[in-house]
Amino acid sequence: MIWQLELIILLLVIVCAVAAITVRDLLSAALLLGAYSFLLCLIWAVMGAVDVAFTEATVGAGVSTVFCVAAVFHTTRRTKD
Amino acid sequence: MKILGKLTILLCGVLLMFFTMEFPDWGDPESPASTHLSPYFIQHTMEDTAVPNIVTSVLADYRGYDTMFETTVILTAGLACFLLLRIERKKVPHRYYRHEPTGVTLRMEGDKFPRNSEVFQRMDANWVPYDFIISRTCRLIIPFIQIFALYVVAHGHHSPGGGFQGGVLMGASVILFAISHSLRAAIKSFSEKTAALLSVTGVFIYAGTGALCLIFGEVFLNYSALAPLFGSDRVMARSHGILMVEIGVAVAVTAVMIWIYYNLSSAGKQDEGL
Amino acid sequence: MESIFALVLAKANYVAYIILMMVGLYAMIVKNNLIKKIVGMTIFQTAVILFYVSIGCKRGATIPILEHHASPETAAHGAEKIVAHAMDAVNVTHYINPLPHVLMLTAIVVGVATLGVALALAIKVYNTYGTVEEDEINQQLRSG
Repeated sequence: MIWQLELIILLLVIVCAVAAITVRDLLSAALLLGAYSFLLCLIWAVMGAVDVAFTEATVGAGVSTVFCVAAVFHTTRRTKD
Repeated sequence: MKILGKLTILLCGVLLMFFTMEFPDWGDPESPASTHLSPYFIQHTMEDTAVPNIVTSVLADYRGYDTMFETTVILTAGLACFLLLRIERKKVPHRYYRHEPTGVTLRMEGDKFPRNSEVFQRMDANWVPYDFIISRTCRLIIPFIQIFALYVVAHGHHSPGGGFQGGVLMGASVILFAISHSLRAAIKSFSEKTAALLSVTGVFIYAGTGALCLIFGEVFLNYSALAPLFGSDRVMARSHGILMVEIGVAVAVTAVMIWIYYNLSSAGKQDEGL
Repeated sequence: MESIFALVLAKANYVAYIILMMVGLYAMIVKNNLIKKIVGMTIFQTAVILFYVSIGCKRGATIPILEHHASPETAAHGAEKIVAHAMDAVNVTHYINPLPHVLMLTAIVVGVATLGVALALAIKVYNTYGTVEEDEINQQLRSG
């Protein structure tokens, strides 16, 4: 595909990953992880790995985000670092 | 302590970058990863197994042993979540009920109230009225998600998909039901005992197919031995054997996703969800 | 210096994957909160999977699902059609290498199973100690 688009999505992935570990609110971190999974699924679809992209879309952006949000609801939401 | 951690990571990163400079370029068709084993799979999958999706045929037929143990790992994870979190429901001294037409809240001692009643609704600790629009909309969407999940499992041979993706989609439909309605309604329709039994059944279907091949005289997990069972030639029997194990994987993955959700969202007590 | 810069630019995709891996590893080692560590573990896992899948790419190749050539004898079923398909020589460089996809499919699903168990452990730690911050747990362990 157009290599500029791939480069932009890769940069967005790195920004999402850095943001997911930097924010102070754990619920935001869980949802940023969902966004990270979606962008990663896009990269794989562009590369031609359609089975891997399908699995990551269902597992990473669907079920994994729900598990993280459920765990955050049963522990605290604020964090110090 | 943190300076030590950051220094370690910097060192690790620089070393890795130094060594990946020797790797082949991106998109090179002559790289060593693509020249030893994968040309055999690409050229021979159609005449060996009659399945156009190369990933499915390699996953379920050429490397079927690997996938069987992966399904066992998923079952073990579901079991571990259950053993870690599940605690007995304590007998509460009183319960709160809400009368729907008038909005009056009752407090009842013990367990004397009829459980399935239309007008009286049991209240949870952080009771939030479940939204009518969300619950009715999700009720409309969930059957279509389940049909799509079955489609993905059945068409794993010809399009991207297969057992895992279909199983996760099916589990996600029940999780959606548990989120939009209450967790108790979901447990009433798909109980935890069902989820546990189904997950073991899925692994049993996979291993059972392999054992069936043993009974018919071939090696474990050689699906061409099932040709007299399906009434076709040996190549098509492999295709049908792949479908059987994909169904087993889908059943196991569905049940384990639902089981882990039930345990995580209620922290083991299973009386109120998210 | 010039050659190092040109080399880094040619393999820029590997540099990006390694940066992602190091972000995940940083979160696992340096952060105090248990749930941030679990997020870092997920980022590390998916970065390794991204690196692995990118090895199998081929320039100008298509997805690893064999194309059905429209044959004029559509009435043939069963073994004849399969043999006819096998007769078309499959050009190996036309399809992406499917082997990394297979291995990484297993890795993604095992990753979500590990995430479930890790979050269950975090909830158990919170129930026992009342906090998920690592330094407070260490304090309680030392004094209690």
